[in-house]
Amino acid sequence: METTSNFLNIKDVSTAFKINGKYYDAISHVNLEVNHDEILAIVGESGCGKSTLATTIMGLHNPAETKITGTVDFEGTDLLKLDEKGYNKFRGSKIGMIFQDPLSALNPLKRVEAQISEVMDYHTDFTAEQKHDRVMELLDQVGIDNPKRTARQFPHELSGGMRQRVIIAIAIACKPDLIIADEPTTALDVTIQAQILDVLRDIQKENHAGIILITHDLGVVAETADRVAVMYAGQIVEEGSAEQIFNSPKHPYTRSLLRSMPQIDKQDDDLYVIQGNVPSLQKMPTTGDRFAPRTPWVPASEHEADPKMHDLGDGHEVRCTCYKNFEFPDQQGGVKS
Amino acid sequence: MSLIEIKNLEVHYPIRSGFWNRVTDSVKAVDGISFNIEAGETYGLVGESGSGKSTTGKSVVGLEKVTSGSIMYQGKDITKKKNREALDYNHDVQMIFQDSLSSLNPRKRIEDIIAEPLRNFEHLSKDEEKLRVLQLLDIVGLDADALYKYPHQFSGGQRQRIGVARAVATNPKLIIADEPVSALDLSVQAQVLNFMKKIQREFGISYLFISHDLGVVRHMCNNIAIMNRGRLVEIGTRDDIYNHPIHIYTKRLLAAIPETNVNSRAEHRASRLAVEEIYQKQQDKYYDKDGLAYPLVPISPTHSVALPQDVAQEIIKQEGEVQA
Amino acid sequence: MWKTVLRRIMIMIPEVIILSLLVFLLAKAMPGDPFTGSINPKADPAQLHHLMEMNGLYDPWYQQYWNWVVHLFHGNLGNSYQYQEPVARLISSRAVNTLWLALFTTVLTYCFALPMGMYAAKHEGKLPDTIIRFYTYITYSIPFFVILVIGIWIFGYVLGWFPTTGSISSTANPGISSAGSRLYHILLPGIMGALFGTVNVVQYLRSEVIDAKRSDYVRTARSKGVPEADVYKHHIFRNSLLPIAAFAGYSITGLLNGSIFTETIFSYPGMGLLFINSINYRDYTVITALVLIYGILNLLGTLLSDIILSIVDPRIRIE
Repeated sequence: METTSNFLNIKDVSTAFKINGKYYDAISHVNLEVNHDEILAIVGESGCGKSTLATTIMGLHNPAETKITGTVDFEGTDLLKLDEKGYNKFRGSKIGMIFQDPLSALNPLKRVEAQISEVMDYHTDFTAEQKHDRVMELLDQVGIDNPKRTARQFPHELSGGMRQRVIIAIAIACKPDLIIADEPTTALDVTIQAQILDVLRDIQKENHAGIILITHDLGVVAETADRVAVMYAGQIVEEGSAEQIFNSPKHPYTRSLLRSMPQIDKQDDDLYVIQGNVPSLQKMPTTGDRFAPRTPWVPASEHEADPKMHDLGDGHEVRCTCYKNFEFPDQQGGVKS
Repeated sequence: MSLIEIKNLEVHYPIRSGFWNRVTDSVKAVDGISFNIEAGETYGLVGESGSGKSTTGKSVVGLEKVTSGSIMYQGKDITKKKNREALDYNHDVQMIFQDSLSSLNPRKRIEDIIAEPLRNFEHLSKDEEKLRVLQLLDIVGLDADALYKYPHQFSGGQRQRIGVARAVATNPKLIIADEPVSALDLSVQAQVLNFMKKIQREFGISYLFISHDLGVVRHMCNNIAIMNRGRLVEIGTRDDIYNHPIHIYTKRLLAAIPETNVNSRAEHRASRLAVEEIYQKQQDKYYDKDGLAYPLVPISPTHSVALPQDVAQEIIKQEGEVQA
Repeated sequence: MWKTVLRRIMIMIPEVIILSLLVFLLAKAMPGDPFTGSINPKADPAQLHHLMEMNGLYDPWYQQYWNWVVHLFHGNLGNSYQYQEPVARLISSRAVNTLWLALFTTVLTYCFALPMGMYAAKHEGKLPDTIIRFYTYITYSIPFFVILVIGIWIFGYVLGWFPTTGSISSTANPGISSAGSRLYHILLPGIMGALFGTVNVVQYLRSEVIDAKRSDYVRTARSKGVPEADVYKHHIFRNSLLPIAAFAGYSITGLLNGSIFTETIFSYPGMGLLFINSINYRDYTVITALVLIYGILNLLGTLLSDIILSIVDPRIRIE
């Protein structure tokens, strides 16, 4: 894998939504890069801004109600400077998107084939026959047994897993360099989830694409991601390889999340609970460590006034200095687990 | 004696067709299942969507018309409305739903929502009632100012805790929890699960914990039943199911749980694909000619699997060899 | 599907029987009789009595009903007392007028309503939307007949642009000029009816489009790189128009009912005017026949809507 082949550079991107006439940051000053041949997972709980980041890259926000700053450099073009027409050259062709709820994300009144070939209508000069062949090829690629039959069906005639495969087929129809998958398996059963993740991985290998996988499921991340960015309250708080994040997590939030998962060896204990709640958009703290209110036992002196990302080497970065001496309250003075 | 004994429970939905709209076939949502829930335990019912696990839950609480079979509680069959009324059954058995927003009346204040089961079953004075509601809120970790708020003013996790408070209001003996945490974020899920455990410790409540999430089920349940297309494929203790699964369907479900250990990612994937291959290729070994699970046969005092006895023994022998 | 349609029609039979019985009894319950006022006021009571007897009006109600049903099955709806001609012929000559008016109004309604609804929804919250919504509220809050009377006063009398009564000019020659005259006569009632009829369609379509705009599948379409104009054309409008298409079945029968107002106020010789007149003259045979026709049309309209919906929406299948 070449390390210099990053083709997507997100620099200092903030997206603010207008609520009652005032703008509130849903994501603030996000920096990320995505390389070919890798899966970057963005993980966080609802309201952390991970989906907003996806829709910001795709340019799916209503400009009248959103204020976006920063740059999203995609293969040399700043996407955020494009007008609608310019953006449409990228959407569907260079960037494909997979959505969470496969039933509502498909037009209920169009057959599967029409929905897949629609992408090619705008990005290729294929003849009707070529488009049909490509649809068959795609359906086969995403693991549908009987492409001919499925192509003629309507979304409501398919199971959840099948629908999600169709969505993936739409996203990869024009062999995009970047695939953004927003909670692609949340609505699915575990066995189907595993199959869908396999399909995603296979496609990425075949197309040398870069994938941004947005999820709240740490298990999915651990199984699929090469790199992981953890988001809390609109900011990235920790970034690193999957090994770094899961084997030596640093930020208090990452550690808390991992600790609140049910563990095999501690089944009769209580689960770890993060104190307090995720702040709402309007109540988001704009200064200091945003996670600090949820670790009240940590002295203020541990936090930076304006928390920066700190490089720990090998691409592992963590926000704020408070990670250095962080301990859970029940472990203070005891043995660190 | 068990708290609840479910025997050969069947729930079939008729399919009507033809000119006269006659019943021509039926969907066998629940197709003859039996298990017992002991007092004070958490019984896990696991299955994928469409397996019939929610229908089973609704039958136990009396919300579903049962086609045949019995659910015995205190020596009476509560699939009959008459017996439910005689036993005050819905005082003793409550339910927690997955979607806390749509299962709480949006126009009622939290005080009224939690007090509703109390008003139905226990005739308390205004002050006594308020005291009880406050105690219940305290149990699930909510402040007194929640009393006068409406459901939409709470977060998902808080609403689910309100659902728990409502369910425990009447001091029930059993709570049916249908996917109680699957809509919640990880940290909030932990909170709700902890409260459910705490309440169990304090009041000795039993849970029928219905879920597709095997990680959560392992954390919560003592005994577990795996459901597949309306039938049970395997029942056993947590140890039986997680450490000695016999049926390929159970193995497949377990293999599909994402592993948080990044280091063994490749091995885990390989073993999952191996199980998947057996599942695809050996359908006729594990299922009858209609593609449905066989009747359960016991292979240990706690562990039963839906396979013909000889097949079950063969698999146990193989497993033993692998481990030795 | 045809099985289900047939079954639905069969279910309609008892509905129609009950309806006809109700109608018949209500008509009979009205005070008065068809002859007293219509003949010479000084007519001999004995002769009146004889007329009543001849027409079987002294028979018990079930006898009268039975006779009526037997005749109905022979295709004989009876004779109008007032016009002294077969009810079937009377109604069919009027029905043609009503049908033209209803058709014209429906076409106009959709011509006005579809662009208005779509435009309002596309520019939701902006000035055009506000204006269109204001218009719909105004027309919605004024009773239909008031609008008609105001319209007839302004365009018929004050400006004198349109005729105010009848369905055709008495001087029109057969052929082109008669067709032109007919069109000229339905222009004002048609436009007035359409202006009123748009309200429901506009409101309904507007909310459908606004829902569709925010739906996930539209977001999917945008993420495919489909230009905004095509997103509207292929996804938003197409999907929002389907329920409107199904609505057409109801709206046609609705217009027939509405024709009672329009025709009375414009003295337009259609079924609506005939209905009002026959009530005034206790013309039982005509009343019962008309109500029966309206009833059957309503039932057919619902069926038609369901059939249209099942054709245009793949999620709904009648077997």
